[in-house]
Amino acid sequence: MKYFLIVVLGLMGAAVRAQAPDVLLQKVRARLDQVNDYQATGTMKTNVPFLKVPEAQVTVYFKRPDRLKIRNDKGISLVPRGAVTISLNNLLRGAYTVLDAGVDTAGGRTVRVIKLLPKDDNADLVLSTLYIDEPRLLIVRARTTTRENGTYEVEMSYGKYGAYALPDRVVFTFNTKDYKLPKGLTFDYDDGSKKNAPAGPARGKVELIYQSYAINKGVPDSAFQ
Amino acid sequence: MWTLLRIELFKIFRRPRTYIPFGAIAAMILIIQLGLKFDGRSYLELMMSSLSDSFFIPYNMIMNGYLVAFVILNTLLIQVPLLVALVAGDIIAGEANMGTLRLLVIRPVSRTRLLLVKFFASVVYTVALLVWMAVLSLFLSMLLFGTNDMMIARNTVMEQIRSSDVLWRYIAAFGYAAVALSTVAALAFLLSVFADNSIGPIVSTISVVIVLTILSEMRIPLYDNTVKPWLFTSHMLAWKGFFYSQSDGQGAAIPGSVENLPAILRSLVVLLVYIFGFVTAAIVSFNKKDILS
Repeated sequence: MKYFLIVVLGLMGAAVRAQAPDVLLQKVRARLDQVNDYQATGTMKTNVPFLKVPEAQVTVYFKRPDRLKIRNDKGISLVPRGAVTISLNNLLRGAYTVLDAGVDTAGGRTVRVIKLLPKDDNADLVLSTLYIDEPRLLIVRARTTTRENGTYEVEMSYGKYGAYALPDRVVFTFNTKDYKLPKGLTFDYDDGSKKNAPAGPARGKVELIYQSYAINKGVPDSAFQ
Repeated sequence: MWTLLRIELFKIFRRPRTYIPFGAIAAMILIIQLGLKFDGRSYLELMMSSLSDSFFIPYNMIMNGYLVAFVILNTLLIQVPLLVALVAGDIIAGEANMGTLRLLVIRPVSRTRLLLVKFFASVVYTVALLVWMAVLSLFLSMLLFGTNDMMIARNTVMEQIRSSDVLWRYIAAFGYAAVALSTVAALAFLLSVFADNSIGPIVSTISVVIVLTILSEMRIPLYDNTVKPWLFTSHMLAWKGFFYSQSDGQGAAIPGSVENLPAILRSLVVLLVYIFGFVTAAIVSFNKKDILS
């Protein structure tokens, strides 16, 4: 009888744990769903081995369900493709199998790790791993593996807009391809110094530091063109 | 001195062939501008093909007047030395050919002063050619294509310069190019002293520039650290250095900075030494020369 109870309680416990990630994810999604649109201003820093670009002042536009645009009205900004397509709203859309992957630490906090496996066999996303700050119901890190473009990683820190699950700082890490042009095409000036060319494909990083958000005030469709 | 210079400039700009390089430059610039206006995207797609998979590329913003001017200068500053040689190579030899050189040296002006005036006249012509090129390549391109941040494709790096940080770099680059082209003018001027007709010095200058440019651009380890640092053609491209920015510890470009200013200044000194050497050699040779034509 004692062993039977242990087995039953064990199975019940396992069932409760299996439910928890779904529930947690629903709560996180509900928090994200508070925001229909936003317009945010911020600074974008690009750190890619073969790119030398200055910091840029950008405006970020978002509109549900998945429209996102990063614009630099005073100049040119090269925006990584994944930064737009791998947004949190995109990750949590569609049908997927949710797996509990235990706990980990991120940014000095203990976080729940949840893996999402898309049910669509042809989806570009192969696997997403979310690191969720459970008490605050905020995703602090997301790692996404795609079929075509390797692995993307997004790290988020939250401040005064945390109630809307909107980060103050986002660091987006992605794979880049090798960049090299023939010297006969560029006619570079050789100043005689030794330069260490980036060795092959490397990881690029884009950091967005938000200064302000205008949330649910309406964003015109023209902002996304 | 000023009167002599005015006379020399009058002689240069009176000749119809003086204007051929101006026409050639205008034609080349307009052809490039027209091509980029109608199919600039193809050019950018070629230059940025390895970026387009990872980034959204705003091609229409990148194809602006600053980039177009850079593309033009990249192409033309290799050919313009040849046009400079047309006038500088003719400035002494042309007089010998016409039989006016002997008349010139019997006037109460020292040969040194006469040569210096002729060289300065060549430099003024070179600068005029460069100003013409700047007006057409930069200002006309700004008018036709608008302005925005400037993207520069280098061998292993793509650089971005803010639009507010571009113009001073062009001014510095054109200033440097004036010195670089004056070096070619000085070489043609020196060769002009030894000839009795213009064709010889012009063709010789063009040949020297072509051979040395090829040598400068070839990547052969034997020459890289031995011959190339001493060729003036290796230093003529240093104007581009003004468009290379320094980066901070996180890889971001620092506005207003130049990647390797000491190297540019070193290149400038090398060119100035060449100019001094060519002109001095021309003066010494001319002073010793028995002028029979």
